[in-house]
Amino acid sequence: MSQAIRPTWVHATILGAFCAGFGVALALTDDITKAPIKERALEDKMNSLGQVIPRSIHDNNPVTDTVKLPNPKAGGHGAPAETDIYRATKDGQVVAVAYEYMASGGYGGPIRLMLGVAPDGKLLGVRVISHKETPGLGDKIEAAKNEWITRFTGLSLGNPPAEKWKVKKDGGQFDQFSGATITPRAVVSGIRQGLEFFAANSSRMMEKK
Amino acid sequence: MSASYGRIVKDGLWENNGVLCMLLGMCPTMAMTGTGTNGLGMGIATAVVMAASNLMVAMFRNYVTHEVRIPVYILIVAANVTFVDLAMNAWMHELYKVLGLFIPLIVSNCLPLARLEAFAAKEPVLPSLVDGTFMGLGFTFALTVIGLVREAIGQGTLFADAALLLGPWAKVMEMRIMPADWGILVLILPPGGFLIAGLLVVAKRMIDLASGKEIKMAGAHSV
Repeated sequence: MSQAIRPTWVHATILGAFCAGFGVALALTDDITKAPIKERALEDKMNSLGQVIPRSIHDNNPVTDTVKLPNPKAGGHGAPAETDIYRATKDGQVVAVAYEYMASGGYGGPIRLMLGVAPDGKLLGVRVISHKETPGLGDKIEAAKNEWITRFTGLSLGNPPAEKWKVKKDGGQFDQFSGATITPRAVVSGIRQGLEFFAANSSRMMEKK
Repeated sequence: MSASYGRIVKDGLWENNGVLCMLLGMCPTMAMTGTGTNGLGMGIATAVVMAASNLMVAMFRNYVTHEVRIPVYILIVAANVTFVDLAMNAWMHELYKVLGLFIPLIVSNCLPLARLEAFAAKEPVLPSLVDGTFMGLGFTFALTVIGLVREAIGQGTLFADAALLLGPWAKVMEMRIMPADWGILVLILPPGGFLIAGLLVVAKRMIDLASGKEIKMAGAHSV
């Protein structure tokens, strides 16, 4: 380098000034975007709940009416110790609950499901929230890619009977996909276990506040 | 050193293309080219960051000493990525849901840093902005082509889910060119990225050879 060697404090000051300047800019951006981002997150949650609980049957906002229950899947794969039960009410009466349930045994790890259940134990809807299944094979469990997941609507623990809550390959009544059995098998048993979780805890899920 | 804008544009888009010639930014190239739509989205986000970073570095180039330039560049790229990340989350939320996971990856992309060091640190503001923009668009071009080839052979579609990225009008771009049960899985999975990127590098060199150009074995430092 041809230029004279500068003392260290010059470099330190320059670097420090840039850090301070961009720090302020980032703080400002965070401040401006904080409110809209929070709103979007709430909308996302409402949309995902709206897919498993028809909007027409309740008059509250289930996102804000929650009870906490111990998570049956706590411990594995970073699942939290408690799970939120979102309650849809009409005139103060609980008409449906929605909750997340983690189906284990997927090809690429756990599959997160959102279940909407009526007080009588009937499924109002199921959606896959996130998964790591093989694209093009296992990802047909997404509602956007295939209508398979919508076939569970209206079913309950007794309908079909327990021995039929399986994919066809295992003697049950649910279709698997060509080339992918593990993924639907995990989802079917996840939904069944999710309904058992409801059956075991329904009184606590629906108790009045 | 006076740069001609035509030269800069041509370098960025084709001659010295970040992916096809310099082989930089391979991480997002492999991760985000499962479909043409993903490649396009990742490319545009990267192009925005590159244009903004090049602009800022060129603006500040006379105030940053040689010794601390690398930390300052990294700071600038990281700050720009964070701006894009927050702004997209707040105001382009649908797009963010598709790309959000991959925006932070831009920080680890060496292509923006390479352009800062090789170009923006030495050139005036306007040429630097043009260089960042067109290097970014060249990156977008390469990612989109790799994505289209992978999805066409891998799952038989073109621009699947483009409407999620660009809005409802983009439905016209979504095409199915093979029957619904078509699928060559290896191309959708990570190895497919390496295969197709490699073949496209070869294709670019063959095109250059056929048009009588010398093959440029360029590194990040040739401008």
